Amino acid sequence: MILKKYIIILLIQTTIHRMNTTKQQKYWKENLKYLAILLSIWFLVSYVFGILLVEQLNTIKIGGFKLGFWFAQQGSIYIFVILIFIYIRLMNRLDKKFNLYS
Amino acid sequence: MDIQTWTWVLVGLTFTLYIAIAIWSRASSTGEFYVAGKGVHPIANGLATAADWMSAASFISMAGLISFNGYDGSVYLMGWTGGYVLLALLLAPYLRKFGKFTVPDFIGDRYYSNTARIVAVTCALIVSFTYVAGQMRGVGLVFSRFLEVNIDIGVLMGMFIVLFYAVLGGMKGITYTQVAQYCVLIFAFMVPAIFISIQMTGNVIPQLGFGDTGTDGVYLLDKLDGLHKELGFHEYTSGSKSKLDVFFITAALMVGTAGLPHVIVRFFTVKKVSDARKSAGWALLFIAILYTTAPAIAVFARTNMIETVSNNKYEDMPQWFKKWELTGLITFNDKNNDGLVQYVADTHRNELTIDPDIMVLANPEIARLPNWVIALVAAGGLAAALSTAAGLLLVISSSISHDIIKKIINPKITENGELIAARLSAVVAVIIAGWFGINPPDFVAATVALAFGLAAASFFPAIILGIFYKHMNKEGAIAGMVVGILLMLFYMMKFKFDWFGGGSKDDWWFGISPEGFGTVAMFINFIVSLIISFFTPAPPEKVQQIVDNIRIPSGANNAQEH
Repeated sequence: MILKKYIIILLIQTTIHRMNTTKQQKYWKENLKYLAILLSIWFLVSYVFGILLVEQLNTIKIGGFKLGFWFAQQGSIYIFVILIFIYIRLMNRLDKKFNLYS
Repeated sequence: MDIQTWTWVLVGLTFTLYIAIAIWSRASSTGEFYVAGKGVHPIANGLATAADWMSAASFISMAGLISFNGYDGSVYLMGWTGGYVLLALLLAPYLRKFGKFTVPDFIGDRYYSNTARIVAVTCALIVSFTYVAGQMRGVGLVFSRFLEVNIDIGVLMGMFIVLFYAVLGGMKGITYTQVAQYCVLIFAFMVPAIFISIQMTGNVIPQLGFGDTGTDGVYLLDKLDGLHKELGFHEYTSGSKSKLDVFFITAALMVGTAGLPHVIVRFFTVKKVSDARKSAGWALLFIAILYTTAPAIAVFARTNMIETVSNNKYEDMPQWFKKWELTGLITFNDKNNDGLVQYVADTHRNELTIDPDIMVLANPEIARLPNWVIALVAAGGLAAALSTAAGLLLVISSSISHDIIKKIINPKITENGELIAARLSAVVAVIIAGWFGINPPDFVAATVALAFGLAAASFFPAIILGIFYKHMNKEGAIAGMVVGILLMLFYMMKFKFDWFGGGSKDDWWFGISPEGFGTVAMFINFIVSLIISFFTPAPPEKVQQIVDNIRIPSGANNAQEH
């Protein structure tokens, strides 16, 4: 009788543990997905638009700004700020969804 | 009132404010001294981080550098802002969840080894000391130019103020002083920028103004490109550096920013993980206000400067020109004896040299703004230099009292003993920094820029792998840090100080400058860490659980006892 009770408790505990682990793994995977997307944009606006393709973009002009030059000295910085605030929103939602907020 | 009286008034007022805040928010425990008791509001922390981050280099030197280098100056703009994306996404939330006091704390615990801790403390001290000496020098420069006191006395006054509020207030005092300093410095930076933007383009917003047309109906940037071509300089809006080098320098500055201990430690001061993310966002927003204005100031100042001096009579030069000539930061040599100033790219015909450092300080005078605006810039420059110096001194003192004394030499030290040790090490650190400020060795200026490379080559990979790769072990991390920082130091000494046989630009490996080499050293650190960890035992189960635990935000504790 005692043994049976013990086995049941043990079973429940391992299930909870496994559920928690998979929950954590899912949360982590989702987080990594966000990071991959946001960091690709980070790379694109600074290294690609501001450095690698700067001459090509400089042929386009918006007002007095050549586009490549604008990305290197203005645009990339604005997008960096926006990226962090998007990340904050996404993560706050994710924390709620998985009930892991602090 | 004249400029000097205004400067004394504004500097006096702001200094009184900083001291008042320090007395009001003095620290009473080690938790308060190291991390402000972990109760700082995310917006306040964002403001403090921004002030901490923006040093004399950002405030005084950066716009001038961009002004002289045009597109090539973009490396600073992207490099010193893009790092915050890495901080917010890859470091801040996890390090806050980990919940200790310092960066070496994380390295020591995550890699279950005091050797790793010692390597990390050493790297933190090297990076912070090279950086802080430059700040004290900046304080001296502002004092000597605007208050016309001896540069050494300027440094001593700066030391006294920092000593007062860093030693008394610790992180708590520094945080709230930095909030005030941010307000002073951003106001001081924006007021002249807005004035000049209206004057030159009629646009109130400088960020838009420098893409606008001037009073003659020509786009300002087109006009500047034309002036540059005329005088033989490379076009302002396109660069002269190699693309590869621009790429590597930008990366080294970004990763270095994310690896600087005095920046990382700011994210230990908030209440919870989501607040750490938020304060990184606020910090970058507050930083971006200055960083998007700097390139506008650069264009305004460059155009104004060329138009004021180029081919005009030397005797008609305005008062600011003569005043800066006295400091030796502007020099004129009438080579062809025609009494006109020839400012051209060709060094044989060029008669004028201007130190880029004076552009921000001289800008309001060049644009003939009122005296109080000029004095305001001086107060802003001091706020920028002092806030960064204080943040760095705190890292140095906590490295010594917490990481070395408490964790390695004498773990049984009492809370009170540790607090006294922290204050004493802050005093010693201020004195050493001040000594460097008064007797700057030649290598200080060169190494400030390289502090980023050192941070990128040492900390960044160890922290990232510690969070994102559960199987990274102590052997891998220590080997990576040691190889990374030694390689960076070697390259820096070889090509900056001519040690180990020296070498010129043509000898650079793959054409990468010492400033950009941090990126290479960082990759090598990653590779060494991964290879070594593959052949050595995995970290203990307990450490792997720590990693699992820092990856989720729930359960972050308040100021952790140790």
